Amino acid sequence: MSTQLQSLAHHTPGNRTPGATGENGATGTSDGINLSDVHRAYRDRRGTSVPALAGVCMHADHGELLAVVGPSGCGKTTLLELVCGLQAPDRGLVECAPAALMAQRDLLLPWLSAVDNAALALRIAGRPREQARGRAAELFAELGLQGFERTHPHELSGGMRQRVAFLRTLLSGKPVLCLDEPFGALDAITRAEMQAWLGRALQREPRTVVLVTHDVEEAIVLADRVVVLSPRPSRVRAEIEVDLPRPRSRTDPAVIALREQALVALGMGDS
Amino acid sequence: MRRRLVNAAPAIVLVAALLGAWELYVDSGATSSSILPAPHTIAESLWGNAGLLGHNLAITAEEVVLGLAFALALGFALGVLIHLSPPLRRAFYPLTVGSQAVPIAVIAPLLVFLLGFGLLPKLIVIVLICFFPVLVTTVDGLAAVDPDQLKLLRTLDASRLQAFRFAELPAALPAAISGARIAVTVGVIGAYIAESQTATSGAYSGLGHEINADLSSLQTSRAYAAAVVLFAFAVACFYTLSEIERRLAPWANQSRGDIR
Repeated sequence: MSTQLQSLAHHTPGNRTPGATGENGATGTSDGINLSDVHRAYRDRRGTSVPALAGVCMHADHGELLAVVGPSGCGKTTLLELVCGLQAPDRGLVECAPAALMAQRDLLLPWLSAVDNAALALRIAGRPREQARGRAAELFAELGLQGFERTHPHELSGGMRQRVAFLRTLLSGKPVLCLDEPFGALDAITRAEMQAWLGRALQREPRTVVLVTHDVEEAIVLADRVVVLSPRPSRVRAEIEVDLPRPRSRTDPAVIALREQALVALGMGDS
Repeated sequence: MRRRLVNAAPAIVLVAALLGAWELYVDSGATSSSILPAPHTIAESLWGNAGLLGHNLAITAEEVVLGLAFALALGFALGVLIHLSPPLRRAFYPLTVGSQAVPIAVIAPLLVFLLGFGLLPKLIVIVLICFFPVLVTTVDGLAAVDPDQLKLLRTLDASRLQAFRFAELPAALPAAISGARIAVTVGVIGAYIAESQTATSGAYSGLGHEINADLSSLQTSRAYAAAVVLFAFAVACFYTLSEIERRLAPWANQSRGDIR
């Protein structure tokens, strides 16, 4: 799987400064992410400006998995949209290689079969339909989706839909993956399976990943580094290195200790 | 088949009850049979004039089906234009809304003056009536596409045209058909108006013309028989379009109501 996917990644780094959304420029960190002093406000329904991010700095090297945790409504989704180039910062600098977004909802297109949904990025890149399908179908077994290639999203379970959405993100070939609470809507058992699977997939196939989650334990189990955000307007409140061997167990005392540390940074520790 | 029968049972019972009440009302002598013939008289007329009515149905059906097809194409194309371009929306939308307020019965004779007695003026009348529901449902269908889905397509580097092709077009097509389903019933009325206003006095000029001719010659039961044929035709069109919509958008099955 890894060789197949490696060849899909096109490594064109870019950066974003205020006023420049969408297309990526030619300079920036290679395959990593660098945010420095990023400010971003959004307009609420009444049109008043709500500051979401107030001077966020964070950094991820190539192949690193950075988890972002924070209280709900702290601007995590805004952060990911900045990284993906869907928004531009009001102030500060966003440097990032091309990034693909996996949103909280799977956003599968109901009129496409599972394999066509997974292959969407390839179709957009101009590959012929059959070739794109073949490419995506090769990875279906890997995700326990074999036999469901022709199934439409409304006939798939939540966990399967999420896996198809992840495959679509992966097949975009972008060096950076932004995952916005990818497992938040799943039941506990499916979530644990998906976390284990994601860990394995990334070990075989290193990408730079920004994983936004409200689940501190998930962050510690999966990430190389965990960034804790403050309530809105957000700043980085703590940064926790997770230097533990993989696969990690959530009952490992070292994991529990780091989880405690993150919870304290969030202001909800036991002590 | 058996399930279909069970599904159709409520409609059959309702129609039977209405026909029974109608029959009793006419039998009671409260009205003249030249104004309101009894259902069995209409049925006899239907049977006796099957050839004539069938011929006229073919003519009206051609008008309605062609008119609906053009209305679908026009409504959909306009809907897409209006969706893609705000200036075009501002230019066209008020006009199209206004066009629906123009009394068709006034335009129809003018169209005959301009275009003669052929199929064309009738088609224009039907298209004029039918394109609007298609336009509105298309515009709504396009606007209802999940903005997050469009965002996602942007992160996958989709062009505006690709976003339209992958996300908006497939959402709007069944919506347009749904609009045509609404339009088909008014389309049948449109065909009646068009024929009343534009038909020549031949024997085979469509069911609408047939109804008018029969009413003025006091052949009331045949006029009712023609109306029954129109009724059945409209119902058949409606369910055919429902079936097309169902095949085009099987994913929308669960969330849709029972009117199909």
